[in-house]
Order: sequence, then C-alpha cells, then structure tokens
Amino acid sequence: MERPLTQNISSQRLPLNLKDYIAAGGYRSVHTTLKTLSPQDVSKTVQDSDLKGRGGAGFNTGMKWSFVPMNIPGQVKYLVANADEMEPGTFKDRLLLEGDPHQLIEGMIVSAFAIQANISYIFLRWAYKKAARIIRRAIDEAYEAGYLGKNILGTGFNLEMHLHTGAGRYMCGEETALLNALEGKRATPRAKPPFPQISGLFGKPTIVNNVETLCNIPHIINYGPDWFKSLSKGEDSGTKLYGLSGHVNKPGIWELPMGTSIRELIEEHAGGMKTGYKFKGVLPGGASTDFLVEEHLDVKMDFKSVAAAGSRLGTGTMVVLDDRTCPVGFIHNLEHFFAQESCGWCTPCREGLPWTEKILLSIENGQGSKEDLDLLQMHTEFLGPGNTFCALAPGAMEPLQSGLKYFREDFEKHIELKICPWR
Amino acid sequence: MAIIYIDNKPYEVKEGKNLLEACLTLGFNLPYFCWHPAMGSVGACRQCAVKLFKDDNDHTGRLAMSCMESIRDNLHLSIDDPVAKAFRSQVIEWLMTNHPHDCAVCDEGGSCHLQDMTVMTGHTYRRFHYKKRTYTNQYLGPFINHEMNRCIQCYRCVRFYKDYAGGKDLDVFSAHDHVYFGRAKDGILENEFSGNLAEVCPTGVFTDKTLKEHYTRKWDMTMAPSICQHCSLGCNIIAGERYGELRQITSRFNSEVNGYFICDRGRFGYEFVNSINRIQQPVIRARFPEAVNKPELFVHLKNILSGEIIGIGSPRASLESNYALRKLVGKSNFYQGVAKKQVKLMETVLQIINSGHVHIPSIKESEQADVVLILGEDLTNSAPRLALAVRQAVVKTAMDEAKNINLPSWHDSALREYIQEENGELLSLYPVNTKLDEIASHTQYLNPDEIARLGYAIANLLNPEYPAVKNLDDGVAEYAKVLAGILKNAIRPLIISGTGLGNESIIKAAANIAFALKTDSQRASLIYVVPECNSIGLAMMQAGSYQDVLNAGKIHQPETLIILENDLERSWGPSEASSFISSFKNVIVIDHLHHASSQKATVLIPCGTFAEADGTMVNNEGRAQRFFQVFMPANENIRESWRWLDEFKQIKDGRTIEELSEPENENLLGELITEMPQFKGAEMAAPPGDFRIKGQKIPREPHRYSGRTAMLANLNVSEPKPPEDPDTPLSFTMEGYRGIPPSPLIPFFWSPGWNSVQSINKYQVEVGGPLHGGDPGIRLFTGIESSERLILNDVPEAFHANENEWLIIPLPHIFGSEELSIYSSGVKERSPQPYIAIARQDADRLNIREDDVLQLKLNDRVFNLKAKIKEELAKGIAGIPFNIPALYGLNLPAKGILIKEKDE
Repeated sequence: MERPLTQNISSQRLPLNLKDYIAAGGYRSVHTTLKTLSPQDVSKTVQDSDLKGRGGAGFNTGMKWSFVPMNIPGQVKYLVANADEMEPGTFKDRLLLEGDPHQLIEGMIVSAFAIQANISYIFLRWAYKKAARIIRRAIDEAYEAGYLGKNILGTGFNLEMHLHTGAGRYMCGEETALLNALEGKRATPRAKPPFPQISGLFGKPTIVNNVETLCNIPHIINYGPDWFKSLSKGEDSGTKLYGLSGHVNKPGIWELPMGTSIRELIEEHAGGMKTGYKFKGVLPGGASTDFLVEEHLDVKMDFKSVAAAGSRLGTGTMVVLDDRTCPVGFIHNLEHFFAQESCGWCTPCREGLPWTEKILLSIENGQGSKEDLDLLQMHTEFLGPGNTFCALAPGAMEPLQSGLKYFREDFEKHIELKICPWR
Repeated sequence: MAIIYIDNKPYEVKEGKNLLEACLTLGFNLPYFCWHPAMGSVGACRQCAVKLFKDDNDHTGRLAMSCMESIRDNLHLSIDDPVAKAFRSQVIEWLMTNHPHDCAVCDEGGSCHLQDMTVMTGHTYRRFHYKKRTYTNQYLGPFINHEMNRCIQCYRCVRFYKDYAGGKDLDVFSAHDHVYFGRAKDGILENEFSGNLAEVCPTGVFTDKTLKEHYTRKWDMTMAPSICQHCSLGCNIIAGERYGELRQITSRFNSEVNGYFICDRGRFGYEFVNSINRIQQPVIRARFPEAVNKPELFVHLKNILSGEIIGIGSPRASLESNYALRKLVGKSNFYQGVAKKQVKLMETVLQIINSGHVHIPSIKESEQADVVLILGEDLTNSAPRLALAVRQAVVKTAMDEAKNINLPSWHDSALREYIQEENGELLSLYPVNTKLDEIASHTQYLNPDEIARLGYAIANLLNPEYPAVKNLDDGVAEYAKVLAGILKNAIRPLIISGTGLGNESIIKAAANIAFALKTDSQRASLIYVVPECNSIGLAMMQAGSYQDVLNAGKIHQPETLIILENDLERSWGPSEASSFISSFKNVIVIDHLHHASSQKATVLIPCGTFAEADGTMVNNEGRAQRFFQVFMPANENIRESWRWLDEFKQIKDGRTIEELSEPENENLLGELITEMPQFKGAEMAAPPGDFRIKGQKIPREPHRYSGRTAMLANLNVSEPKPPEDPDTPLSFTMEGYRGIPPSPLIPFFWSPGWNSVQSINKYQVEVGGPLHGGDPGIRLFTGIESSERLILNDVPEAFHANENEWLIIPLPHIFGSEELSIYSSGVKERSPQPYIAIARQDADRLNIREDDVLQLKLNDRVFNLKAKIKEELAKGIAGIPFNIPALYGLNLPAKGILIKEKDE
C-alpha cells in the first residue's frame, strides 16, 4: 500500500460512510488498540515509527505524547485535532477532512487512548463548511456504531468527540491560541512552557495534533513502524501530502513518499510550468517558509533536507513563483495576510508586520527608497524566533528574508525605476 | 539566593523571581510595559529584552524577555549588549508607529511611563512615514477619560480590570494593529477600582477625568503623603494641590496596606476639599455682621469657654484634634461623636482585637488567606480595598496548585490558564447578594441575627467549649457543619466581619470562630471593618456616646457644647440631634463643611480638611498612620482643628490673644500618649517635626515645579515668601533633600529618568516589596499571644418576622454612603437613588411590584421609597441605602413600618 492516507479518497464519489469504511478495513486499529494494546504500547509504536508532526513543526509525535502525565487517577485530559488549516497555499488537511472523515476519527480514538484522554475536539477552520458537514455526519455514525461514547467496543474506554468550528483566524492554527479559542477566549497564543501536555485546554493536559498526523496513526498501528519507515524515500518516515499551486500546468495535491524531490513534484506531478512561465522560486512548505530557487530543485521534501537547504518543509504545500509574477507584489500579498492575521498580542508582530506590508506596497508602487530595504532587513532580523511571542511573525519573515536574498535585484529595480517592472 | 552574571559582573539575587524583577531590584534601568509588580508577567510587549547566554563560553547568546525568565544560578545575561539595546529601542519605534506624539496636550505628559521608557531606550527618530490608525474614544463615566489613540497595547488595563479587580465591562476588542481596549459600548465603567487604570496605564489612554477638570502637571503640584478619609482601611494616598485647589489623589504605595491600588471612592472622593460648601470664616451667630475676625472671635470665646464645656469628638477627625478637644473640656466631659449603639459595637471590636487571642492581619496578609469567611459585611461597598484583597486571596489559593507543575508565581497568564475558573474558598454570609458572591464558593443569605447564630454554631462545631445555638434551623445547622469543615481544613483562615449591619452578636460570633480555630498548628486571622477613617482611634479614647450626655446626671448642665468635625444629625437623627444641640446656650461647631449641625451652631469655626492639616489616625487593623498637610490655604482662617482647640484652651486658661503660643502637633501627641498609653507607638508613625536629612527638609514640590515667581504676579509682582511648616519635616517649597526620604514622608514618587508612578521601584527594598526603611504605620495592637481562651456568649434568639413591622437594615454603597466623598460630582452621580429592598415573600404577600412606591415610617420620619424586590432577602427584613443624603440619621438597624401607596 503506497498511499495509506488517501487510499479511500476519490473525487468521483462521496467519502466512505462508516459501513464502507469498515468494509475497506477501517477501524481495525481501534479494535487492535483498545483490545490488545496498552497506552504505552501505542505511544512506543508511534514513537518508533518516527512520525513527525505534519502541521509544520515536524516534532516527533510519539515524543510529544510522552510528556502527558499518565496514571493520575481522576485526571481530565483532552485530545484536539488541529484542523484550522488557513495558511495561503495550504489545502492538504481539507482533502483528508472532506475525503475520508472516518480515518481522522479512527486516528483520534487511537491517539486519545494513547494519552488516556476521554474528551476530544476537532477544531475546524470556519470556511471548511463542506468538511464540517461531512465530519459531523461521520462523528454521528461513529457514536451510533459505538466507536465513540461510553465503553467503546466494551473495553471500558470512553471518548467524547466534538466538532468546533473556529471564527476564522489564522492564529488558531497555533496550538495554544487554538486552545484559547476553544475555551471561548481571544485567540492569542500562550507562553510555553508550560506546554499543553501539562496545562492545555481548560488547564488540563492536552495534545494538539494536526489532521494529517492523526490520519497516519491507524496505519502505523495496523502495519507497524518498520512498514511506515519503508514508505519514505527521504530522511523522515511515511508518506506526505504534497500540494502545489502557482502557474504550473496541473496544480494539485498528491500523497507521495516522504522525501520526494521538488523537481519531481513540479515536473512530474504538476506537469511542469505553464507555457510562457519560467520557474523563479518556490515556497516549499506554505506561505511561512523561505523561498527556494533553481539550485534547490533536487532538494528532497523532508524535514531535514529542506532545512539543510535553508527553508522548512512546513506543511509540504508549495507555492511556485514564476518569472511573470512580481516577487515584491507576491511577498506584499503574503505580508498583508500575516499583518492582518497577527493577533495583536506582542509588539514586534502587531506593529512590525503592518510596517513591512506598508513598505512593500510602497516599493511595489514605485515609492520605495533604499532605506526601506534596510528597514525590511531589520524586520527580518528582529522579528525572528524568540523575539516575538509566537511563531507567526518569524514565519511571516521567512518569505521576506529569502526574497530579499534571492530577488534583491527586483526590489532594487522597483526603487530605481520608481515603478513595478511587471506592470 | 542565586548568583547571576549581568554583563560579566556577579550579583546575588533572590530565587523565585523573574529576571526583570531582579534587574530592577539591583537598580538597573531596564524598560518594560506589560509586566506589573502586582500583576506579574505575560510577555506581551517585548520591551524588557536582554541577551541570555548558555554559559560563560557562549558569546553569541539569544534575545530573551527578562520578565519571562526565571532566576537560576549561574545565569549569564547582558543588558548592554548592542543587539539587545537595538531591539529595545526598536520596540519603542514600533510602539511609536501609531502613537500620536501628543505629549504636549496629554494629561500623562511629565508622568508618563512611555515617555520615560522612550528616553531610556534612546529611541529618537521614527522612520515610519505612513498613516497612523485612528480610534474613536468612548465615554467611560465621570472618573476616567479615554484616549485610545495613545494606546501601546500593553494589555495592562484589561489585566488589571478583569483579572485583578474582577471587572466585567472593559475588554480588548478587534485584532492585529487595531486592538481596542474599551467597553462594548460607551458607558460608565462599573468596577469600583476603575481609577487605578489611570496609574496602571503606562501612557495617556486612561486618565483621571476629575484631574482634567482642573488640570495640572505632576511636576507643578505641591504634594504630601496622606491617608484616605473615606473608609476605615486607611489606604495611603498622595494628594496634590496647585493654586489652593486639591487636584488629584493617587495611590501611595504601602506594601502592608493598599499596595499599588486604591478604590474609586478614595481616588475621586476628594472634591469636598474644593467645595463651595466649605466654611470660610469664623462666625458668631445672632449678631451683625456674623463673620468675625480672630480677635473678635477670641473675645467672644473667652466668655463662653470659661465654664464647663461638653466636647463631642469625631471618628473622622485626627487623634490630635480629638485629643485637643478632650484636653480643653476635660476627660469626663469628652464624648465620642457617635451614637450609643455604635460606641458599644466599637467597644466590643476593641475588646476582641486587643485581647491578643487572634491575629489582626494587614490587607497584604489578608491576601495570603486560603479560606475567607465574611460575616455580615458587603466589603465591596464598605471597605472596597479589602474586597480587592479577598479577590486576590481566592485566586492565589487556586494558584498554589500550580506549584505541582512548577509554574513560577510571576507567570500570570500561565497561572490563570492553569487554574481557569478555579477559586479558593470564600464563604460569604450577608442578607442580600454582594459583588463578591460571584467568586464565593459558599454564599448564604440570612437575616443579621441568623448570621450571628450560624457564626456561633460554627465556633461551637470547631470547639465545643464555645456556646451552642439553640433551636437552630435544620438547614442552617447543616450549613454550619459544611463551613466548619472547610475552616477546619484551612491553613491560613481569615474571618472578616464588621459593624456594617450594626449587629453586635455578629461581631462576637466572628471572634468566637477565630478563637475556636486557634490550635497549635493553625492560626486564624480576624479583621473588622469599622465605620470611619478614625473610628478605632476615637474608640480607643474610651469615652461615652454623645447620647450619654443627657444621662450624665449633671446638676447644672454646662452651657457650652463643642462639636468637632461632626454632623450629629447624620448618626443621631435630625430631631434628636437638634433638640440636644438646642439645649445648650453656646454651640461651637468646628468643621470644614457646612451641614445640618453646623447650621445650629452659635459659633462656627472653619477648620482644615485632611489636605490642610497634619494628623494621625488609626485604621481598622490598629495601624497608626500620619497624614501631612498638602498646602497652606490662602484663607488664614482655615486651620487644623487641633490648632484652634489648643488656642481655645489657652484662652480658657486666661491668656490673651497676644499671649497665645503656637501649638505643636507633636506635643499634643506626646501628651495623648502620656495620658492614654494605649496609643503608645503612634508617635513613631512618622519622623518628628524637627527631623532633617543633611540639615534639609523634604520638599513637597518637585524640583521642576514651575511658575513660582509668576503664579501670583497678577496680585503682586513680588514673590511671596513660601509658607513655612513648623510642624513637620516637609517644606512647602521645591528646595530640600532630593533623595529617598523615610517612607512615611514620601510626598511623591520620582527618580531620575522615572517620572511616572513606576518610579516606586526605586523606593522599594525589592521590586514590589516593602519600602526602604519599612512601610509606614505603626501597629498599636501588637497581638500578644495569650494562652487563656476568650469565649463570647451572646447568642441571639432566632429572628421572627413580624407581619406589620420590618427590621430595616443599612445597605452600604461605595458611592453615596460616605459623608465627604458625596461632594464629588462623580461620586454623587454614581450614588443610588433612595430605594427600599424588600423580600420577595413580603412583596408577594402585599402585592408589591418592582418600583412601586412604599412609605417607610421609621423613627417618626416618613420616606417614600421605590421598592426593589430581592429574591434572596429573608422576610421581615428590608434594607435601605446606608447614609445617602436623602436617608441619613436613621440609626440603623431599626424597626420600621411599610405602607404601600394605594393603587391608582
């Protein structure tokens, strides 16, 4: 099985209902886990599989779980699926949510068992209306079939599952801001430590995992860590949902072995650049990752290799920049998004991002100056990790800092000509 | 203690703090905004960045926010690191991208933390040349002005208002660089501590609206350390004056009493000082002209002071003034200016807190309690700052749990996320709902006697040596078990009660609980709320009530009565008080405001308010505290009561006006202590009048005080000689000692580069901790442990509702129930309209609906009041707002009759 995550997904039909999902081998991992495994067994298996978080940070999932306090009588714990997919160019979780809802539910049951959580939430991006309908129906089915609720499969394990749709803030993708939003508070991030594993939702131990991460769990339980590792052709295990947008012939999303090269993705799967468009650069992991350029086309898309090339695998959904699109305008568009989505909690992000956005717009409109480039440079440095409260602003600076590095001439040309050369 | 290295120099610092606190305590000037010593860290503003190094081999380091780093041994950091400095300056530049730079017209200018921090970081030139965002400001009521464009989004306002003070109607709205701090819509800020926003806000978003009415820069004010006059807690305040007008009250940090915060009554209740109702001139009634000068007055007084005189003291006058009166009239002719009932209550309170059987906590100690039981007080309205402390106590108890996950105590946001809505135990017993009910774990609405009975029952359950309660209602008995169980498990229980309901049994029951809780391993604290700012001080003088004058059994009733700073009608009732007053031939009233009793004076003497006088008062914990004259009134007739009274004594003793010697405040205090040793220690509440530092006095005016040579030039081009202050170590000038004075003498907080109130840091032993040399105030009750048990036994009979007669109880209101603060227009605006709270059961029985007008017959007076129906009130009980202008002098609790006006 080469494509475990998308094996049941077809654009030709509706997602599998519970019956068909079970017929296709679904919920097997729940039976195995609840009936034969201990929470420690599940954690160990997942840790051994080297599954890394698919939300972008790439932290070992089993390791993340291991920080949850276990065996404390009466301890309330939560599992949360982060389905607040809202970064520009990112649409991989949507495929899983709309295409195979039971896979996520199955993954969540096993994961909740691993940390002994009895309440779970799916925090869904507000705009994913179709996904909301599909998930809601699937949850109902799962309750009816006894996969959710009290005493699941007669094993004594209880799990409630709730779908929560957000109010439309990018910030909610950050796990601690998500928890605040889920509590009904402003979506501002929390300081770490304490990590959510210790003090999370409603102050209780909580695990927040990305949808794609959770969807991998049933297969790891069913087929084992070695199988999972064997799926990859790169440094990290498993398959990955790679998405591609931009002026390519066939923008889309594919489940491929971890470590598939950028070149293969663009040329084979996306059908190459559109006629008349030349590849100029790519944001490999979504809007908050550094540009990679021509020289990086053979970089393998796994966490380690992309990092070595100076960017991040992020969500693995690429945005391609071509020679007929102004990079300044392109980056301005991104910074507009990030400035708007800043929660307003910390000063550098709240005030710095709108400033960079305004500078970029002014350069794009031919009103920029050389000093503006210094100001942009300053922001890329001072809005770095650790200087801001959370990772939003550092992420926002990644396309800008790499843009300034690789496309500096284009910025300078705007300033010299006092007009955007692409206009 | 840990050793940390700051720019390669080792320093010994306290563990458990964060790095910012440590740096500030060491005296480093590290800028900050969102952190507040009383509210902890949240890491939002990123202003306090320093470079942190892994070890001494790490030379690269990383930027870190010092407020979010715990002190650990061998920590290496740099404040001077060029990147850290550049980043801190950059944070200011970011904040300035939307700040309007309107310092010249901003009320905060000159005492602005943002200004100070901007200068501190060295940021000078703003490179942002785009449009700034513009907000709409809101109307927030009579106390606070809103100017959102100045906001730098430090989140302190909402953290104080919501998290610290429990406010509901101020919040943060919108997102990114449009974050807005305000109300959902225009309207009065409801919380009783809203005024602190003006001090908590590091810039000019929230400012004191009453100051705006007569605006003066901080540096242009003459300021003095003072004590709040508006309840019994004795919060420390700074009062500022210019041109003979009191302009502003701010909190004067005292870690034991009010800490950083005061309530809105204390902050905004000062306008009586500037009132047109002030008595300006000595008056001898029934002659023409009535207004007289001092020689005429003394000629007149010589006659009327010659015989025996009755003196009535005041719970709102200083020890010195009360004592000067007592000295003039003699011990046996000195009476307390409060009703008999009140004297009895205060005697009981004094007996208990003097007994040494129980610890009397300061407000700071109250914040440390793990279980709080309140019997018969609506703290938010009777002693607001204590209610704020109770809020901290219950949160802190919940936060103690966070030790399990190693959360440091300064990590405010993480602590609050961890505890969520969890609270410690707050047990509240009161006839109607109170604002603290929302955080109480157990609330019971009972009639006053039932509160006392429940209290007695709890004490009996805790220790059977204490009297049992007969015929206790089953529900109440069950409840007593629950509360006793909670108290028994407490480590630092605190019992709060007071004179609020005028019920002596409640006071005694509270004491029994505290006594019964005392075991070898546990020590309970007990604190009483009393009526006025110097109620304890007056009660300690152990005189009878003015009502006793009538029964004193004098053969010849004295012809002369002196009433000191007191409106007898307020506590005694108009007809009783006036018939009493009119039974004297000569009635001398010494006060600063005209009132009902002053109208009946035959001689009226103007005295100084707290702002024009020095004096000592004793707060509810028995802390003697000195307040200092803020300014010398231009009107020479306005003098301290004790100064007048001392001269009266000299006149009575036969001196002529030429022979009068200048009285001294300290001599009075010294004599007071000699005569009444219970006041021993009060003389140490502040350094003596001849105290000097390097031969210098402490100036009441900042060195930047402007216009001294010009401010009176319209009257005379020659600059007048500044007034002298022979009584205190403070001067009425800019000249004098510039360093940090002893804590009771701090007229304002200022330090080079720290012009705002944040300069308090520099006056503290450690940031957030006590002031250098100890906090002001001397505890007169030392609480000597005594092995003997004190058992009070005064269990009341169960209350039985009477169909035709109601027990009318006083319901306090922070705005309205206090005599002086009501002269502030804002306080008046916030005070309630007269109403009568009646029980749902009574309302249904008599077919009364909300807002129906009821006629209340009480003490031969009749009031028409709108009905407020209270579901929780016990039948047979009705409450009316305590001492508001329309309903004063009722001597509550009292029996009253209610009649419903006929339906139309």
